[in-house]
Amino acid sequence: MAVEYLKDLAKTVRSKNAGTDRITFDIIFNNQENYNKVCSSNVITRESMAKLFNVSSDRITDFVQYNPANAIKFTISRLTPSGSPGDGDIFGSQQYAPLLDIEIPV
Amino acid sequence: MKKELRIVSPNGHLGFAPTKEGSFKIAAATKPDYYCADSGSDDIGPTALGSDRSVSMYNWQKHDLELMLLAAREQGVPMIIGSAGDTGANSRVDMYVQIIKDLAKEHNLPPFKIGYFYSEVEKEFLKNQMQNDVKIEGLDSRNDLTLEELENTKRIVAVAGVHPFIKALDLGADVVIGGRSSDVAVFAAPAIREGFPEANAYYLGKVLECASFCAEPYGAKESIIGTITHEDVKATAMHPDQRCTIASVAGHAMYERSNPYFEYFAGGMLDMTDCHYEQYDEKTCRITGYKYKPIEGKVKVKLEGAGLIGEKFIGIAGVRDPYTIENIDTVIKFVEDQVAQEFAGVEYSLNLKVFGKNGVMGDLEPVKEIKSHELAIVIEGITRDKVTAEELTLFATRQVFYCKLPEVKGTAGTAAYLIDDVLYAGQSYKWTLNHVIPVENALDLFDVRVEEVTSEQKNKVLN
Repeated sequence: MAVEYLKDLAKTVRSKNAGTDRITFDIIFNNQENYNKVCSSNVITRESMAKLFNVSSDRITDFVQYNPANAIKFTISRLTPSGSPGDGDIFGSQQYAPLLDIEIPV
Repeated sequence: MKKELRIVSPNGHLGFAPTKEGSFKIAAATKPDYYCADSGSDDIGPTALGSDRSVSMYNWQKHDLELMLLAAREQGVPMIIGSAGDTGANSRVDMYVQIIKDLAKEHNLPPFKIGYFYSEVEKEFLKNQMQNDVKIEGLDSRNDLTLEELENTKRIVAVAGVHPFIKALDLGADVVIGGRSSDVAVFAAPAIREGFPEANAYYLGKVLECASFCAEPYGAKESIIGTITHEDVKATAMHPDQRCTIASVAGHAMYERSNPYFEYFAGGMLDMTDCHYEQYDEKTCRITGYKYKPIEGKVKVKLEGAGLIGEKFIGIAGVRDPYTIENIDTVIKFVEDQVAQEFAGVEYSLNLKVFGKNGVMGDLEPVKEIKSHELAIVIEGITRDKVTAEELTLFATRQVFYCKLPEVKGTAGTAAYLIDDVLYAGQSYKWTLNHVIPVENALDLFDVRVEEVTSEQKNKVLN
């Protein structure tokens, strides 16, 4: 089966703090067609994201397919708050990179 | 009653990087009703709040305030700033009020009234509340506040809703400098005060809080204008190349929030589940369908607090030897073990971050096998006192140099140094409070004042 990469289907793939204790991930599509394609592929789920980021699924506090914005959004709780000793990404803005190469069967 | 109100948002975090003047001037030329900007964030980490400083350059903050003040005073319309100076702490409010006074003098502005409010909350007050069985509830899966965690806290700010802004405007303020505030409140307050529906006003705040982040293509620090009517909210990009589109505005609603549907603030919540977005004109998106849900029972005000961890130093070591790179985890463990022996009995935090491996993502990093031909190890050492912190970090950084893996051919040193000592990185803090406290009155934690500013600097306290 042919595949397409998420980075080619999505317009925006980003991560950012949602408050001091969580990092939220946004995958935003330019059109409903690509959004539906990715949603219906069932490749991006709460479970698959937990696996990708090596976290237990209860650390994914929210997982939403957000139709008004053609977007998929999920949020991971931090083990310690942002900016604590050892935090390498105070803004949480560079955690999205592993999403780019996710393969979506088409 | 006004049919519509137009608010300029020039910068999503005033002063963090300077506002772009081109799109601001285009916005100002349309003669808006208010100039509003948020100036703070908890994104910057706990250290600025803990150590009572800004993370932005004074000159950038003054630049942005100057742009807004001159336009607002020339046009005779109010200017409102929230979360002054990155943290909204009292010293930051005082700094912004002083900048406004200095600017008034520099530009010989006609007299005007400045309103400001403080947001800091005393530990003793919270302690008394807790001893009177007031529950200070944790947000985002945190436990309720304990006396111990409170004791570990250096500085606390309460996050204001619209209430202190409205009070300052009611007292006649032409310029309002807010302490720590909810982003949406900065924009919602004037709209609510002028009689627009709360749902529309809070959505206006939601869409304007980050300025051009809700427009496309990406371009930070550009101005946008939000227009509120009794029926809808419209967002219009001001930069000639930017547009507010359905995708950019709908996408922005979920920015920096765990969940795209709900926005919480002191007094209630904005429900965006049924939001409807439409392209109104080329540069404008029209939004309807949001709902305001006031809180049942007492208003809850969010508290942010930072607690001191200790003094921090940073060491930097580069590694180029291929066998060492392959076995970098052994090197890290060697260093950690050496430090554990040398500093037995000392309370410390040591973090060796390997850039080129998982320096950015740490445990979240899915890539386990690396192909880097060189690595940087950043050694972060923290202890209570500065001398020990320096010793700890320098010792750890030197241990990278002395870690001799048996198969390595080079025997003169395992690390490449940019500098052969370590760098003081200031005090290190941790977010100790991300909680809410119930209050009798939404103004309870905020001390609102108004003064007259004259260019002669003969300021008289009016309230």
